[in-house]
Amino acid sequence: MGDRRTVIPFGPQHPVLPEPIQLKLVLEDEKVVEALPQIGYIHRGLERLVKVRDFNQMVFVAERICGICSFQHAMSYCLSIERLMNIEVPERADYLRVIWSELHRVHSHLLWLGLMADAFGFEAMFMETWKIREAVVDMMEATAGSRVIISTCQVGGVRRDIAPELLQQIVKLADDVQRRVKAIEHSVLNDYTIKKRTVDKGVISKEQAWKLGAAGPVLRASGVKWDARMIGYAGYKYLNFEPVVETAGDCYARTKVRFREMFVALDLLRQAVAKIPAGEINVKVKGNPEGEAFIQVEQPRGEVTYTVKGNGTKNLEKMHVRTPTFANIPAFLTMLPGCELADVPVLALTIDPCISCTER
Amino acid sequence: MFGMLSPILKNGFGKPATRLYPFEKREAFDKARGQLEIDIDKCIFCGMCQRKCPSTCLNVEKAASKWELDPYNCVICGVCVEACPTKCLSLNKVYRTPVYVKENQIKIGKPPVKKTAAKENA
Repeated sequence: MGDRRTVIPFGPQHPVLPEPIQLKLVLEDEKVVEALPQIGYIHRGLERLVKVRDFNQMVFVAERICGICSFQHAMSYCLSIERLMNIEVPERADYLRVIWSELHRVHSHLLWLGLMADAFGFEAMFMETWKIREAVVDMMEATAGSRVIISTCQVGGVRRDIAPELLQQIVKLADDVQRRVKAIEHSVLNDYTIKKRTVDKGVISKEQAWKLGAAGPVLRASGVKWDARMIGYAGYKYLNFEPVVETAGDCYARTKVRFREMFVALDLLRQAVAKIPAGEINVKVKGNPEGEAFIQVEQPRGEVTYTVKGNGTKNLEKMHVRTPTFANIPAFLTMLPGCELADVPVLALTIDPCISCTER
Repeated sequence: MFGMLSPILKNGFGKPATRLYPFEKREAFDKARGQLEIDIDKCIFCGMCQRKCPSTCLNVEKAASKWELDPYNCVICGVCVEACPTKCLSLNKVYRTPVYVKENQIKIGKPPVKKTAAKENA
């Protein structure tokens, strides 16, 4: 048996991977029997920068941990510092944070759907989803000034307000995106080719997902009803939503969860715009952080945790980030044994890997 | 199988999704952040922008009345614009254009007149 095994390196450069990660796949014929991951190609040492940047400047560094869910990284960092310093953020700022977070979630899921479609050669879907995404990033530029890394969060609130006319445009955009996503729903969820590539592939049971510490859509697709937004950070405490849960735990279930999550995000946008109160958008921050704080935030890829430790100076003593992709790697490695070599790209994409987050 | 037919037909016979770029340009949004600009005559060289900048792209020397920007290091966050006490910094809406040689922008201004000295002269 031993002499039939072959080791094939998957990555660090691979057409389906926008970022470098290597998997050493041990194969028996076409079947994967073992996978050994290797990360560390794009480590930047961002957490270490707390020693040289003060806690206000670190917001922009935290934002650059990820190039897709950047606002949520900045928000997580700000929430953890606010918890440390007992800062009460104005209600309007909480709502604005929800609006930008959900815009990020929609654009991230659309981007993922495009990449997924591209991975199995569905070019028309790839073009269509990225075309819809363009309207969302345009809205971010209109409201914040930049397309993805929007730099609007700060410790104590947000830096920019959204005018009432723009808020109405966000509602219009949500309706428009909903209509356009609905138009492709049938093709994504009922297509024979997509089902052939995803149904019963990479199955993770509920117990396995929970035990391996999976996060976000990977966890929810296996039947665990857990979404960090249920904790009620930022403005989520004022809004109603139900996490999207599937039970099959395969690639198809993960696709469905992400697809349906877009509608939840659009609904949250409408709710936030309807309920947003007038008032201040930030409070003045006095003093330096001291003590330790921990925060959980739901990103498009899953739950991110931030742990910060201050020592009373303007520089933090320590910052630690656990990103959702890092949490999903053990689950991913459990999915791989038993699958065909040709399914590995699709499996890799269904955990929505963000390697620059993972390595920071 | 025919689920994508309607979007595909629309794309085939509808208007193109892209613009003919150099001939047709999109208007910048009101809040768009382009490049950092300075009105050097208003600058008092206090160095507040340099201290607040998260990417350390600014260098201010009071003695030489010099304000230096590394535009390729700047992340265009706009913190310096908010921090400037004399409001001499601003962000325009034009994106940075490609260059052959990366050079820092150096502006030399007039040294700020001290208030007491200005009163004596008056």
